[in-house]
Amino acid sequence: MADLISRRSALIGGVGAGGLLLSGCDQLSHSPSVKRVLDTAAVVNYRAQRLLLTDKGPLAPEFKPADIAPTFRVNGSAYPGTDDYKRLMDANFSTYRLVVEGLVHHPLSFSLDDLRKLPSRTQITRHDCVEGWSCIGQWTGVQLGLLLKAAGLAPGAAYVVFRCADDMGGGNLYYESVDLADAFHPQTILSYALNGQPLPVAHGAPIRLRVERQLGYKQAKYVMRLQVTDSFARIAGGKGGYWEDQGYAWYAGI
Amino acid sequence: MAAIDSQPAITPSGPPNSATPRREVIYRHRLWVRIAHWLNALCLLVLLMSGLQIFNAHSELYWGAQGFEISPKLLTMHAVRTASGHMLGLTTVFGHRVFTTGVFGLSMLRGHLVNRGFPAWITLPSWQDLATGRRWHFFFAWLFVLNGLGYGLWSLFSRHLSRDLIPTVADIRGIGRSIIDHILLRHPKGEAAKRYNVLQRLAYLIVMFVLLPLMVLTGMTMSPGLDAAFPQLLWVFDGRQSARTIHFCVAGLIVLFFVVHIVEVILAGPLNELRSMITGRYAVPPDHKADDPHG
Repeated sequence: MADLISRRSALIGGVGAGGLLLSGCDQLSHSPSVKRVLDTAAVVNYRAQRLLLTDKGPLAPEFKPADIAPTFRVNGSAYPGTDDYKRLMDANFSTYRLVVEGLVHHPLSFSLDDLRKLPSRTQITRHDCVEGWSCIGQWTGVQLGLLLKAAGLAPGAAYVVFRCADDMGGGNLYYESVDLADAFHPQTILSYALNGQPLPVAHGAPIRLRVERQLGYKQAKYVMRLQVTDSFARIAGGKGGYWEDQGYAWYAGI
Repeated sequence: MAAIDSQPAITPSGPPNSATPRREVIYRHRLWVRIAHWLNALCLLVLLMSGLQIFNAHSELYWGAQGFEISPKLLTMHAVRTASGHMLGLTTVFGHRVFTTGVFGLSMLRGHLVNRGFPAWITLPSWQDLATGRRWHFFFAWLFVLNGLGYGLWSLFSRHLSRDLIPTVADIRGIGRSIIDHILLRHPKGEAAKRYNVLQRLAYLIVMFVLLPLMVLTGMTMSPGLDAAFPQLLWVFDGRQSARTIHFCVAGLIVLFFVVHIVEVILAGPLNELRSMITGRYAVPPDHKADDPHG
């Protein structure tokens, strides 16, 4: 009998503890100091992957033409509704200029035609959304490293920030950033074509970043301006990207 | 049930007493086993709950390299609207439809029915928040891996693995009997209760050296960075989406192990078992046949 009671109380105790734990974890999720502790894992993820992944390689897996998805899934914004973007689109992006500025010796500006005339790289890669889905597509564009070398990095340059045209609400324009290891990686391209066709508006026309060893939210669409910087702390929410400012990890290799 | 009822209340070990036979207390679980056990339990709980939070961000499973809305689906959990305008939770498994309103696909969150794969009471955090779910998941994933590696190495060098976990030849020969004992809920007593039985050994070995490493490897395969570093992972698991599906299924097997584990603890005497995993001390269930020739 004593055993029966102890068994029952153990069960009740277990269920009660579970309930407490649940509400406790919800409380903890709100706590800034808990967030700081948990975020040490993001730093470890970044450091560990940087030991494995440099600007030289390895490459993200590339796929065969037969693997290309029949339709590429749209993620994030499908259309930046701003007046500036509408004007660009109406002119078929003939007035588009990609600006490279910040900690560079020679600030540069490229038209879409300029970019198309530069040596290109075509890659069939898997796009992995942070939500969990994946989609394979073929991207063609110019290597980011090529533009950065042309501009010449000034001392202190550590990150490339991508300023985009899509308004995420309240005038917050999308932005993203990568470190130099990813910026100079051979598969990191500013793409102007998807599956052999000019990049559609829904996929980021005229220019979309592809940084293939990271998740979908790093693949900034509607890229207007590259800003080379020593720190992104003073840009927007200070976390290095639109989704990073909403709580997602800056390093998205995992 | 006779096996349970015959257990006397826990008593401290003392000199043998012929009138009321005292129970022998042994030191069963060493400190590192106990620490690793509870750390592992904590990690697995947080990983499960935050993992279901992450699953809810895209509550579908696929096979192969890629998978999104138009791909063939192995599992989906969604809310659907009927012709009459009612919302229902719908789960499909290999195309078979099951209405799961209230649990999967459509469930309550703070007094409202919401469209989500797993219900709020089992996800971390309870509300839909992928970024926070990932934060918990990765921190506890590192803790889990470090704890697992530490335990694995300790088991090897302390000979916990070879002495306590790997079944002996006699164990394997007696596996049929052990299966029958388990089905009849007959728990070992006396000398036999001082060591892990063969099914216990096999269950622990499979969980610790097959299922848990599979979780780590399939988790790694979902990382685009690690896929670049170790493309062999994609070959082993047949692509990122297959790895995600395997990760989900193996998590289910670990939950199944947990349920059986808890049932066995309850059947074997929960306080004695729990105490042995906290203090290390375990009261050996007396073997009446050995104590009393007339029994």
